[in-house]
Amino acid sequence: MRHSAKSALYATATLVLLSGTATADVKVGVITGATGPGASLGIPYKNTFSALPATLGGEPVTYIVLDDATDPATAARLARKLVSEDHVDLLIGSGNVPTASAISYVASETKTPQIALSPLSGEPAKNPWVFSVSLPTTLQLGAVADDIKARNAKTVGYIGFSDGWGDQVYAALMSHAAAAGYTVVTNERYARLDTSVVSQALKVIAAKPDAVVLGGSGTPGALPHTTLVERGYKGQIYHSAAVVNPDFLRIGGKALQGALVAAGPVVVVSQLPDNSPTKKPGLDFGRAYDAKFGANTNNSFSAYSWDAYLIADRAVNVARAKAKPGTPEFREALRDAMEGTTELRGAQGVYTMSASDHAGSDKRAVVLLRIVDGAWKLAQ
Amino acid sequence: MDLTVGSMLAVDGISNGAVYALIGLATVLVFSVTRILFIAQGEFVVFGAITLAQINAGSVPSAIYLLGTLTLGCLLQELWLAWQRRRVDRRLARELARVLLPSSFIIAVTVLAAPVGLPLILQALLSLMLIAPMGMLVYRLIYRSIADASVLTLLIVSVGVHFALVGLGLIFFGPEGYRTSALLDVSVQLGSVPVSGQAIVVIVTALLLISLLFWFSTCTFPGMALRAAAVNRLGARIVGLSSDRAGQTSFILAAAIGALSGILIAPTTTLYYDTGFLIGLKGFVAAVFAGLSSFPGVMIGAIGVGLLESFGSFWSSAFKDSIVFGAVIPVLLLRTILTRTQEDH
Repeated sequence: MRHSAKSALYATATLVLLSGTATADVKVGVITGATGPGASLGIPYKNTFSALPATLGGEPVTYIVLDDATDPATAARLARKLVSEDHVDLLIGSGNVPTASAISYVASETKTPQIALSPLSGEPAKNPWVFSVSLPTTLQLGAVADDIKARNAKTVGYIGFSDGWGDQVYAALMSHAAAAGYTVVTNERYARLDTSVVSQALKVIAAKPDAVVLGGSGTPGALPHTTLVERGYKGQIYHSAAVVNPDFLRIGGKALQGALVAAGPVVVVSQLPDNSPTKKPGLDFGRAYDAKFGANTNNSFSAYSWDAYLIADRAVNVARAKAKPGTPEFREALRDAMEGTTELRGAQGVYTMSASDHAGSDKRAVVLLRIVDGAWKLAQ
Repeated sequence: MDLTVGSMLAVDGISNGAVYALIGLATVLVFSVTRILFIAQGEFVVFGAITLAQINAGSVPSAIYLLGTLTLGCLLQELWLAWQRRRVDRRLARELARVLLPSSFIIAVTVLAAPVGLPLILQALLSLMLIAPMGMLVYRLIYRSIADASVLTLLIVSVGVHFALVGLGLIFFGPEGYRTSALLDVSVQLGSVPVSGQAIVVIVTALLLISLLFWFSTCTFPGMALRAAAVNRLGARIVGLSSDRAGQTSFILAAAIGALSGILIAPTTTLYYDTGFLIGLKGFVAAVFAGLSSFPGVMIGAIGVGLLESFGSFWSSAFKDSIVFGAVIPVLLLRTILTRTQEDH
């Protein structure tokens, strides 16, 4: 009895709070994988939203942040709930490809704009409601391919995750093969939770490639690298942007010395030249994030959430002249405004959207990092 | 593939297999004493490994909070049971002491000893001491009151326990992985194949432990009591053997073996809060190969799983888990054809 009285009280309190704020605010539904297998990316993606200003495009804003446990079915259900019950104007998330694409179906069905925090290969013509802020894999591997070409390496070994991410990196690596003049000699796979990749490493070493590209993410990305080094591989090893976090350096330790990583510029923002377009937004982001979470806590993943905020911020400012938040017209105007994003300088790149390009980043969104003594250094 | 690569794969497979053997061993032990298929066995591996890694890094391990949480749960359970009995008696005091004393002692020792930079062997011992009582607490908290339920019920409860422990693991250890420095930084040349000291330690420990358990369960009184409780719970109780005590002992052993496996593999791989399930599952497959009954059978099954995995991932890395788990089907078929025993429960 006491329990139900208490929950009734909470419900009333929540209702009062909601009705007090729901009238004019812009509402943004944020879905990230703060638990489950994607948690190590989901948590930094999520954190940014508690470090954002109280207004979005000049309007007061409410962020409703939910956790999809890295499960596509849950992500879709949460997106539906956000749209039908909370009437959000914008969906942001989620942080990995399967969950983000689960949300994209809801976005297109309910005509709610979405900014995914992971690369989505969906075509804007088919689903005009979905944008993505992340570093496209082809851009990352483009930087890697340029370096492979510069070193005149002819054969490349590959070890990646046995999931969609591993496939994506492999496909991107292959797409640059002809232009950069290398052949990919192995396509080995391992799972995130595997405790040994010795077999795969031996197979790669037996193929004697000039360089090795690894398609892992986060700390599990370090395992094939340490195994390769342990087994005596001496060639250059490349990583994708998905490994850029301090724990990767901690786990990989000395074995990572000299590795090259294609990544967004924010990790080395202080080393960027002053005329770099991403320097100022990157420093802004770092200050805002560190003010909330403590010195040097800002990271590559949280920066993509920040860029999603910057894009939304500009678009809301444009859209609010046309319609009131909370209406279908506003969502439509918001979508149009986001598609009109031109040369927007973010922490991780410069974004120019168009009807055919909803990711909008170019070569300025990727730099090559070298791991030197357990720290990221801008290569070149 | 030439002979060198083949033997490297074999060494890797055997040393992974030795770890699966330890897990399978614990699974068989728990199953034969309590009829519980303890799915969450792998979690103790992770807890042991992460605890060692944290002590290794000079910090107080998060496992004390986990142990504290479980202890608190058990205390509340005892109080609740006493409240149901409507009396505060010596039994309550005894049970409270049994839960509280070991946990608080170990937590106190850990808080004092963890940051002072112990030698590695003591760090490992400390991790073992932190994780082992968790087995007892999990048994008391979850299984004691349903010890007579059917195997299926116990299995489903185990699935729940697995999810609960993984969740607690994420809360206390965080999403990132842990790794420790090598226990033994030497390498022996066997022919043309380098064998790491680590692999040798793992294999020797597994062999020792299996022989020890075999001896314990066939030649010593407590071991025979465990087996008696396994064969016939009621009969064991009539002759004065506590099946409850047997269950708690088997869980302490299981948690300790799990933590030991974790300590053994922590230097060679990165472990995450949710790594345990897959390791546990492979140990379970090894136990299934042995018909969930024979300790030496587990060893053979586990080495088989390890080899299958290492050669499988060399030939077709994308399908290696499918290869390992797919192998269960022919083995089960073979067992059904070869053995004619009926299960009795």
